[in-house]
Amino acid sequence: MFTAIFAIAALSTAFGLLLGYSAIRFKVDGDPLVDKIDAILPQTQCGQCGFAGCRPYAEAIAAGEAEINLCPPGGEAGMLALADLLGKEPVPLENEEAAGKGKMIAHIRETECIGCTLCIQACPVDAIVGAAKQMHTVIADQCTGCELCLPPCPVECIEMIPVKTTLSNWKWPFPGAEEHPAAQESRS
Amino acid sequence: MITKNPGQWDFHGGIHRPDCKSLSAGKYLGKVSLPDTLVLPLQQHIGAMAEPVVEVGDHVLKGQTIARVTEYIGAPIHAPTSGTITAIEERPVPHPSGLSAPCIILQTDGRDEWGELPEPLPYFDDLDPSLLRERIRWAGIVGLGGAAFPTSVKVNHGPDRPIQTLVINGAECEPYITCDDLLMREQADRIVEGIKVLLYVVDAEECLIGIEDNKPEAIAAMRKAVAESGLRDVQVVQVPTRYPMGGEKQLIKVLTGKEVPSNGIPSEVGVICVNVATAAAVTDAVMAGRPLLSRLVTVTGEGVNNPGNLEVPFGSFMSHVIEQAGGYSDKAYKLILGGPMMGFTLGDDELPVTKGSNCLLVASREEAPDPDKAMPCIRCGKCVEACPAQLLPQQLYWYARAKDFDKTQEYNLFDCIECGCCSWVCPSHIPLVQYYRFAKTETWALEKEKQQAEDARRRHEARVERLERLERERKARLRQKKEALEKKTASGGMDPKKAAVEAAMKRVAEKKARQAKTEKRSEESS
Amino acid sequence: MKFPVHTSPYGALPNNVTRVMGEVLLALVPGIIALVYYFGPGVLINISLAVTTALVAEAGVLRLRHRPVRPALTDLSATVTAVLLAIALPPLTPWWMTILGVLFAIVMVKHLYGGLGYNPFNPAMAAYVLLLVSFPVDMTQWLPPEMLNEHPLNLAQTLTAILGGGLPDGLTWDTVTSATPLDAMREQLKMNKTISEIAQNPMWGDFGARGWEWVGNWFLVGGLFLLWRKIITWHIPFSMIAGLLLASGLFWLFDAESMPFPGFHLFSGGMILGAFFIATDPVTASTTPKGRLIYGFLIGVTVFIIRTWGGYPDAVAFAVLLMNMAAPTIDYYTRPRVFGAREEDHG
Repeated sequence: MFTAIFAIAALSTAFGLLLGYSAIRFKVDGDPLVDKIDAILPQTQCGQCGFAGCRPYAEAIAAGEAEINLCPPGGEAGMLALADLLGKEPVPLENEEAAGKGKMIAHIRETECIGCTLCIQACPVDAIVGAAKQMHTVIADQCTGCELCLPPCPVECIEMIPVKTTLSNWKWPFPGAEEHPAAQESRS
Repeated sequence: MITKNPGQWDFHGGIHRPDCKSLSAGKYLGKVSLPDTLVLPLQQHIGAMAEPVVEVGDHVLKGQTIARVTEYIGAPIHAPTSGTITAIEERPVPHPSGLSAPCIILQTDGRDEWGELPEPLPYFDDLDPSLLRERIRWAGIVGLGGAAFPTSVKVNHGPDRPIQTLVINGAECEPYITCDDLLMREQADRIVEGIKVLLYVVDAEECLIGIEDNKPEAIAAMRKAVAESGLRDVQVVQVPTRYPMGGEKQLIKVLTGKEVPSNGIPSEVGVICVNVATAAAVTDAVMAGRPLLSRLVTVTGEGVNNPGNLEVPFGSFMSHVIEQAGGYSDKAYKLILGGPMMGFTLGDDELPVTKGSNCLLVASREEAPDPDKAMPCIRCGKCVEACPAQLLPQQLYWYARAKDFDKTQEYNLFDCIECGCCSWVCPSHIPLVQYYRFAKTETWALEKEKQQAEDARRRHEARVERLERLERERKARLRQKKEALEKKTASGGMDPKKAAVEAAMKRVAEKKARQAKTEKRSEESS
Repeated sequence: MKFPVHTSPYGALPNNVTRVMGEVLLALVPGIIALVYYFGPGVLINISLAVTTALVAEAGVLRLRHRPVRPALTDLSATVTAVLLAIALPPLTPWWMTILGVLFAIVMVKHLYGGLGYNPFNPAMAAYVLLLVSFPVDMTQWLPPEMLNEHPLNLAQTLTAILGGGLPDGLTWDTVTSATPLDAMREQLKMNKTISEIAQNPMWGDFGARGWEWVGNWFLVGGLFLLWRKIITWHIPFSMIAGLLLASGLFWLFDAESMPFPGFHLFSGGMILGAFFIATDPVTASTTPKGRLIYGFLIGVTVFIIRTWGGYPDAVAFAVLLMNMAAPTIDYYTRPRVFGAREEDHG
C-alpha cells in the first residue's frame, strides 16, 4: 500500500512541477480581455447600452457586470461574436427593434440651424463641424448614427436619414432573394 | 527571355459549351445611327468616378473631354459626338443592382463636328514612354474585354517590375460574343499597330497573341498582319477552345506557363495582358490622336431578328442599338449584358451602352430558361473539377452560406474570377457564383465598417482626451489663483492694503503730534 | 421593353441530380440480372419492397419536416439507397427485416441528419450493419449459386418464404441456404485447412467463388459505365481495389497457404459493388482528389483487416462507415493547391 501512495504522490508532484514550469515557460501574452471586447463593439458611442460609451461597456462586460445583449448597433452578429469570445450562451437582444434599423446618419437642416453649438458638444466622435453663431454641419463619413445630437438641439433641426446606397457600397443580396431588391426600388 | 513553345501548357478545369457564335460571327451591321440623346455615365471604368468638367448648357464637340478623374486609377470621358449638355444628373445605368448613377446627358446636334485633337504620334518610339502613357490616359482607354480597367494604369507597371511578355487576349471564350473575332478579321493591322506601341511602352521582349481555335479566319488574318508588320518576337498562338480560356490568368498560364500569384496581378510575373480591342484603341489614340468614343458590340441571340456586330457610340440606348439589329423577334425573353456565363440580366433596354458593354444577348426562353429551385449539395465534387482557379467551390459555398467570412478568406475567396463554371456543372443547380459574389461584397462591407469603427474609436478617444485636458488646465488655473491668494495673506499676517492704511494713519498721527509739540513751544516762549 | 432578371450563368444546365441517380440505377441493372440468374428472384422482391418503403418513408418524413415532397422523391436518391440495401441483403430476408432496414436508413441515417447532402454516414451501409448486428443468423443465410443449388425456389415460393409463409414442404432452412464464400473460407481456415485443400471444394470457380465471381463482373460492367458517363471519378474505385489487393497480396506472398489469393478477396462479398457504387456515394465520401485516393485506399485495407482478423466475414459495410467518419479530416488535410499559391501559403 505504501508503494502505491508513494508512487501516486511522486507522479503528481512530477506532473505538477511540469505543468507549473510549462505555464511560466510557454506563457502567451494575449490581449487583455477588455481590448478584445472593445474591438468587437461597433464604436458608435451612443450610450444605448446604458454605459457612457463603448469602452465602459466593454469594461463592464469583462468584469461580468453587464450582459452581452445590450448593444443594438452591434446587432445579432455583435452579440454572437461576444458570446463566441467569452464562451457564453447567446442571449436575444434587449432591444430587437432598434437593432433592426439600417445604418442611419444625422443630417442638419442648415436653413433652420441657429449656431448654438449644443449638438457639437454632444457628439461623442466630434463629427459635427461649426462654431458659435456659425453654420453647423455633420461630416457624413464620421457619423456613427448614435443619435445623441438630436435631444440637445433647441430648434429640432437634426434628422436621421438612411445611408444612401450607391454603386460603390451596394452589396449583392444573399442568394434566394427572388429579384434584386434595389432594382425593384429604382423602378418603382 | 522568349517563351519556348508557347501554348503548350494547360489550365485546370473549365467547361465546354456550344459556342453559338455562328449567329453573329463575321457579321458587321455597320455604325449605329446617332441617337438624339446620349447618356454618359461618369463611372464606366474601375476606379474613381469621373467628375464633369462641363456644365449644363455647354456646347461640346466630338472628342472633347467632358469628365476627368483626378485620382490615379480612373479614365476620362469624352463626348462621342457634338451637341449640348442638357443635364448632369442621376440616371439608370447598366448594373446588376438596377441603381442609378450620375451621368452627363448630351443632346446631339447631328453635325458630328470634331473638336480640337492632340497631334498624332507616328514616331512614338522616339518619345518617352511616359508621354505615351499620358496619351493613353487622355484617350480614356480602358480594358475593352469587359473588365474596363484603365489601360494607362495597367501599362504603368513601375521600374521594379520588368515585363518580358505582352499577351494580347484574342481568345473571346464566352459563347455568343464575336466582336473581338470581327475586329481581328477586319482590322488586324490596326491591332498590330497598337501592339507596336504597347511593346514599346512596356518594353517587353516578346508578344504572344492568344486566339481560340474556333476562330480560324481571325488567326489567319492576324498572322498575315503580324508577318506584314515585320515585327520580330510577335507571334499568334492558337489555343484550344475551352471556357474560360480568355480569363487573364488562364491565358497567361497557357501561353507562358507562368501562374499569376494568388491575390496578385500579372506584372508580378513579368506579363501584361491586353485585349485586342484595347490594343486597337491604343492605335487610335497614339497614331491618330483620337480618344475612345465608341466600340464594337455584338447583338445576338434568338431574340433579335438580325444578329451581328455594330459600332456603337457610348451613351446610345440599348433599345436604339437593338433596333438597328433588326429589332426584337417574338422569342425575346431576356436581355443579358455580356455573355451567358458572366453577364447579367437587365430589367429594361432604356439603358446606355458603356465602355464595358461587349455584348447584348437577347435570349429566348430556351437560351436562358428560368432557374429552377436549387437542390441540396450532394458533395459530388464536380465544381472542384471545373474550377479554373483550383479552388474548393464546395467549401466556399458552405462557408459563404454560413456567413463565416473568415473561413471564406482562408479558402481564397478573392481568387475566384466569377467565371461561373462551378454553377454550370452543379447537378443540384445551386447558384454557387451568387454565394461568392455575396461573400465578397459582405467582406468588403465588413472591412469598411471595421475601419469606420476604428476611426470612430480614435475620434472618441481624442475627444475624451481633449475634454480631460481642458478640465485639467481649468483646474490648474484655479489652483494657481488660489495659491497666489494664500501667499499674499501668509507673508505679513495682515492684508497689505490694511497695512498701508495703518502706516499712513500712523504717519498722520505722528505728524499731528509733532505739530502739536511745536505749537506748545511757541506758546511758552512768547 | 421590360425583361425578367435573374443571375448568371444562363442556359440549360447540363447536369441534374435525377439524371445522376438514374444512371446509377441503370448501372446496377446488369449486376441485378446476374443476381437473379444465380440466386433466384428473391433480390427482385427485396428491391420492390425496399423501394416502396423508402419512398413512403421519405414522403412521410418530409411532410413532418414541412419540406416539399415532390422534388425530393423525384431526385431518386432514396430509390438508390433502397436498391443498394436490397442488393446487399440475402435473397430470402424476411419482409419485415428489409422494411426495418430501409426505415432506419431513410429516416434516421438520412433525414434526422438533415436530408440529402447532410448525412455523414452512408445510409444503406448503416442499415445493413444494423441488421447484421441485430439478426446475425438471418443475415448470413444466403442461397447457393444456381449451378450448385439442389433446391431452387421459384418466384411464388420465394415470395412466400420472404413474407413469412415458410418454405415448401420437405425443405428446411438448412437445406435451402448455405454460407457465403467468405463465411465458408473463414470457417475452413479456422479449422486449419490450407488454401489448396479449401480450393478443392466445388463452390470455388475460376477466380473467386462460383456464381459470385460473375455477379462481381457484372457489377464491374456497371461501374465502368458510370466511369465512362463521368458520374463517378476513377479515384475511389481504383484506390479501394488497390488498397485491398496490396494488403491481401502482401500477406498472400508471405503465406499462400493460410491467406486467400487476392483475387478471391476482390470478387467476394460486396467488394466490387462497394468500390463502384457504395464507397463512391458523393455525400459521404471525401471530396478532394487526393483525399479520395486516401479514402478509397484506407477502405480497401480496412476491408482486408476486418475480413482476416475481425469478427465478421464481410467487411465492406464496416470499412465504409469507418472511413465516412474520417472523410472530413481527410478533406481538410488534402486541400488542393490554389492557382498561383505563393510560398507562404500553406492552403
